[in-house]
Amino acid sequence: MIPAAFEYVRADSPEAALDALAEHGDDAKLMAGGHSLIPMMKLRLAVPTVVVDIGRITRLSYIRDRGDHVAVGALTTHYEVETNDLLHAEVPLLAHAASHVGDLQVRHRGTIGGSLAHSDPAADLPAVLLALDATFVATGPGGVTRDIPAGEFFTGYFESSLAEGEMLTEIQIPKMAGAGWSFQKFNRRAQDWAIVGVAAVHGPDRTGIGLVNMGTTPLRASATEAALASGSDLADAAAVADEGTEPSADLHASVDYRRHLARVLVRRALEDASG
Amino acid sequence: MNITITVNGSEHTAEVEPRTLLVQFLRDQLRLTGTNVGCDTSSCGACTVLVDGASVKSCTMFATQADGLFVETIEGIADDDGTLHLIQEAFRQHHGLQCGYCTPGMVMASLSLLNENPDPSEREVRTGLEGNLCRCTGYHNIVKAVLAAATGDPASEPSFTPVDLTTGARS
Ligand SMILES: Cc1cc2nc3c(=O)[nH]c(=O)nc-3n(C[C@H](O)[C@H](O)[C@H](O)COP(=O)(O)OP(=O)(O)OC[C@H]3O[C@@H](n4cnc5c(N)ncnc54)[C@H](O)[C@@H]3O)c2cc1C
Ligand code: FES
Ligand code: FES
Repeated sequence: MIPAAFEYVRADSPEAALDALAEHGDDAKLMAGGHSLIPMMKLRLAVPTVVVDIGRITRLSYIRDRGDHVAVGALTTHYEVETNDLLHAEVPLLAHAASHVGDLQVRHRGTIGGSLAHSDPAADLPAVLLALDATFVATGPGGVTRDIPAGEFFTGYFESSLAEGEMLTEIQIPKMAGAGWSFQKFNRRAQDWAIVGVAAVHGPDRTGIGLVNMGTTPLRASATEAALASGSDLADAAAVADEGTEPSADLHASVDYRRHLARVLVRRALEDASG
Repeated sequence: MNITITVNGSEHTAEVEPRTLLVQFLRDQLRLTGTNVGCDTSSCGACTVLVDGASVKSCTMFATQADGLFVETIEGIADDDGTLHLIQEAFRQHHGLQCGYCTPGMVMASLSLLNENPDPSEREVRTGLEGNLCRCTGYHNIVKAVLAAATGDPASEPSFTPVDLTTGARS
């Protein structure tokens, strides 16, 4: 399968990428790892006329300790996230979940920023970063930055609150401070996407539960979080995990089956996180 | 656009259309046809090559993205005198292939896996190769071959306890 022809521009800095976006507007697409964009271009579901390759902006590939949070550059690959000692120590849920994205080849190329900007409700890391109350930093024309809480980032099916001409530059994740956590990815075969997935942080002073593939965006299991806050036990709280979700049916699962999976996986995640 | 890629140690400069996939560049332009295309949808791993040492699916990368980088393919790993690479020899010794279609990708993925994790467990080999599909072998002999290669002796017999598929238990 051959993508439609396009003009290729390599940006060596965030400034150059933003300039290219400003120059080409709607016709341009950023390409980080290309592991969502290229498959879509091959199917001609995406037909950009200009591709701005940001994959070589090494300045945006880093993992840094910032005291109360860890900052991860948008161009950091899944493989770098899964093998990073600082993340294993301070944000183990993210490091662990990254190791479950696709396969090793995919993780060598795909980036955390690309995964978030793509805003696929079936992707793993968006739900993980929702559960972790991360903040996403977007940089726009003139280098102006904007902090977007994860809870406000995912606005629709493959849609985010990034404005035209903006790019994602950094992800800031509060340290987990020893809180319990669990990542439950339910799929039928190795390498597959989640039919339903659950990312949970559950500790004495914080609970966050993210759901993969339970609606048009990644979601929080808000009903479960509220039940826990008002003193419900884990099983009762998990029994309402699908409240407020709108899963769709596909060849892997019906709507009811997805709802069932969400309840079961949230229970398993809470038990695992408390264990 | 004009790109320069070092493939198996030799530098190649060529004019490519930006939409040229790395695998097309290798196969059609350089005539290095050892790298296979299985699915063309990023799933099967037959097209796996190393870019700057890390395994990638060359059907899911544009040649332009490898401009200035080092690419290794299955053609580049044996010695000049034809002596097979340790991993190739281990695949041969352990019957890690039947039709051979997946093999170039399997070998390159294994090479990257062992570079990153020189002493993997059986499970780590299986999960490390989950991006590579084989329709023939049932994987056991591939896993054995990679474990044998990890010991440095391609003919060694790694201890190996296959899972009983009916019960999930180790035999
Ligand atoms: C075989 C296969 C299996 C996979 N399995 C999984 C899986 O199990 N779970 C999972 O979560 N994901 C999976 N993925 C997707 C993978 O995680 C991708 O890496 C990720 O979704 C996109 O990251 P990327 O860097 O490749 O982005 P690209 O493909 O380069 O870009 C994706 C989109 O984001 C935009 N973009 C990229 N970077 C930025 C930025 N910094 N700022 C603004 N916009 C940006 C691009 O313009 C494009 O629209 C799989 C992919 C493949 C090919
Ligand atoms: S041909 Fe590239 S992954 Fe199948
Ligand atoms: S040996 Fe035939 S596909 Fe693997």
